[in-house]
Amino acid sequence: MAALGDKIATRDSYGKALVELGKKHDNVVVLDADLAAATKTGVFKKEFPERHIDCGIAESNMMGIAAGIATTGKVPFASSFAMFAAGRAFEQVRNSIGYPHLNVKIGATHAGISVGEDGASHQCNEDIALMRTIPGMTIINPADDTEAIAAVEAAYEFDGPVYLRFGRLAVPVINDPATYKFELGKGVTLKDGNDITIIATGLCVGEALAAAEKLAADGISARVINIHTIKPIDEDIIVKAAKETKKIFTVEEHSIIGGLGSAVAEVLAEKVQAPLKRIGMNDVFGESGPAVKLLEKYGLDAAGIYKTVKENM
Amino acid sequence: MTNEELKAKAVAVRKGIVTGVHAAKAGHPGGSLSAADIFTYLYFEEMNIDPKNPKDPKRDRFVLSKGHTAPGLYAALAERGYFPVEDLLTLRHLGSHLQGHPCIAHTPGVDMSSGSLGQGISAAVGMALSAKLSNDTYRVYTLLGDGEIQEGQVWEASMFAAAKKLDNLVVIVDNNGLQIDGPVEEVNSPYPIDEKFKAFGFHVICIDGNNFDDIRKAFAEAKETKGVPTAIIAKTVKGKGVSFMENNVGWHGKAPNDEEYAIAMADLDKAEV
Repeated sequence: MAALGDKIATRDSYGKALVELGKKHDNVVVLDADLAAATKTGVFKKEFPERHIDCGIAESNMMGIAAGIATTGKVPFASSFAMFAAGRAFEQVRNSIGYPHLNVKIGATHAGISVGEDGASHQCNEDIALMRTIPGMTIINPADDTEAIAAVEAAYEFDGPVYLRFGRLAVPVINDPATYKFELGKGVTLKDGNDITIIATGLCVGEALAAAEKLAADGISARVINIHTIKPIDEDIIVKAAKETKKIFTVEEHSIIGGLGSAVAEVLAEKVQAPLKRIGMNDVFGESGPAVKLLEKYGLDAAGIYKTVKENM
Repeated sequence: MTNEELKAKAVAVRKGIVTGVHAAKAGHPGGSLSAADIFTYLYFEEMNIDPKNPKDPKRDRFVLSKGHTAPGLYAALAERGYFPVEDLLTLRHLGSHLQGHPCIAHTPGVDMSSGSLGQGISAAVGMALSAKLSNDTYRVYTLLGDGEIQEGQVWEASMFAAAKKLDNLVVIVDNNGLQIDGPVEEVNSPYPIDEKFKAFGFHVICIDGNNFDDIRKAFAEAKETKGVPTAIIAKTVKGKGVSFMENNVGWHGKAPNDEEYAIAMADLDKAEV
C-alpha cells in the first residue's frame, strides 16, 4: 500500500485497481487499443490474459465492442489515452454508450499537459468538456493514487457509463489510504479557510494544497476543495464556499472552457453569485517538454496557483 | 416455416413498414423493404428468441447497424409478437417507444441502439466476443447497408472479428445498390464487397437477398462455418414489393402520401395471393 507523500501516477493506480477488481469479479473485462504498457492495463493482462482484449489501434471500434459486451452483463473497462478515448471516439461514446446508457467504464489515461514530451497532439485538455455534455455520463478525475484506486472500485459498483481520468505523471499521495473513503459526487474540503476558496481537481489538488500553505504564510486563509467527481458536481460544497469566502478559484489541468472551471461557474451563476477566477489552460494548445516544466510554464503548479491568486485577490 | 409461410410473413412485414412510415409522414421505406425478407427470416426462422422473454441472456442477438431502416425491424418485431402491430402507427411520434432509429432503452426486442452508421457492427462484435469469453452458445447477427460500409469503423470491426475468430457472428450486407446521394458505385464505390470481406478474413456467401431459398441456405452455411465469421452479401431490390419504390433512390427516406400509400398497400395485397 502506498504511503502519504509517495509519488505514483494515477495510471499506475488504474492498472493496480483493475487487477484487484478482476480478482473479485469474474465479469470485469478490460479493453485496450495497443497502449496496454502505457495505460497500465498490461498489469491486468498479465494476471487475466483471457479477460484482456487488445483491440489494436482502433478506438472507435473498441468503444462499440465495449458497448456490445456491456449489453451481455459483463463490465468492460475500455482504455486508451484521453485524447483518443474522449476525442477520437467521442461520437461512439455518445451514441453507442451514452444514449443507450450502457454500463461501460472508460479508463482515460495521459490526460492534460502532464503527458509532457509527446506534445500537444497527445495532451488532451478538452476531454472533460466533451464528456460533460453527454447525458448520464459520470466523470471522475482522481487526485492521487489513493483516490484513483477507490474511484475504479466505485465506478465498478455504479451502474452506468463512467469516464475515469488518469495522468501519466507521478504525483504525491495526499489522501491517507488508511482512512480514505470515496463518495461519488461529493467534494472534499481538504483544508478549511475563510478568505478565499481554491477548488481543484486531479493532480492540481496537491498543487493547490501547497499553494494554500504559501498563501497562509502571507496571512491569506485559503479553503481547498477537491472535486474528484466533476459530473454530477457537488453543488452544495461550492455554494457553501461561495457564501463563506470572498472569491473562488478553480484549478485544473484542462482547458478553462468546459471543464471544472465552467462547471463551477454554472453553479455559481445559477445558485449564488460570487467572483470567480478559472486557472487552467487558457484556450491554448500545450507543447513538448518535461511535465513538471509544463505545469510551471502554464501556471498549474503551486507557485503558479499562488501567483494567480495573489494577482486576483 | 415453409418458404410460402415466410413469404406471407414478409408481406405482413412490408405492410407494417409502409403503414408505419405513412403514419410517421417520414422515415426510410426503401432500405426497410429491401431487407424485409432478411428481417422476416431472422425473426421467424433463424434466431433463437422468445418475444415473451426479450432479455433472455441465452437468446440470439440482432443489431440493426443500418439503423435508419428501423421501420423494417419494428414491423418484424411487432409481427413476431414483441409489441402490438398497432404500435407501428405511432412510429416517430412524440412519446412513442418507436423512435426514428432503434433504441435499446425504448423498444422490447431491440438489442442495441443504432443509427449512426458503422457503429452497430462493433456492438455486434462485442456481443459475439462476450459469448466466446463465457462459453455461451448464442449467435449474433448484424445487418449493414452497402452505403454504410463506406464507414471506416466497419472495417475496424471486421478486422477484429476475424482476428478473434468470431464464428458466432454473421454480418449481412443489404446490397440494394442505392444510397441517399445516388448509386453506391457512383457516390463512393464499395465494390467488390465480397472480395473485401474475404480479404478481411470472412467466409463470404453471395445471395439473392429477396429469395428465401438463398437466404435459408446462406444462414445454414454460416452456422456450419467454424473458426471465421461469415459475411452474407445479399443482393436486394431497394423498395422491394412496392411498384413505384423499387430501385428508386427517391424512396430512400421519404414517406408515401395517402394516394401512394393506397397504391403500395394494393401492390402488397396482390403479393399476398
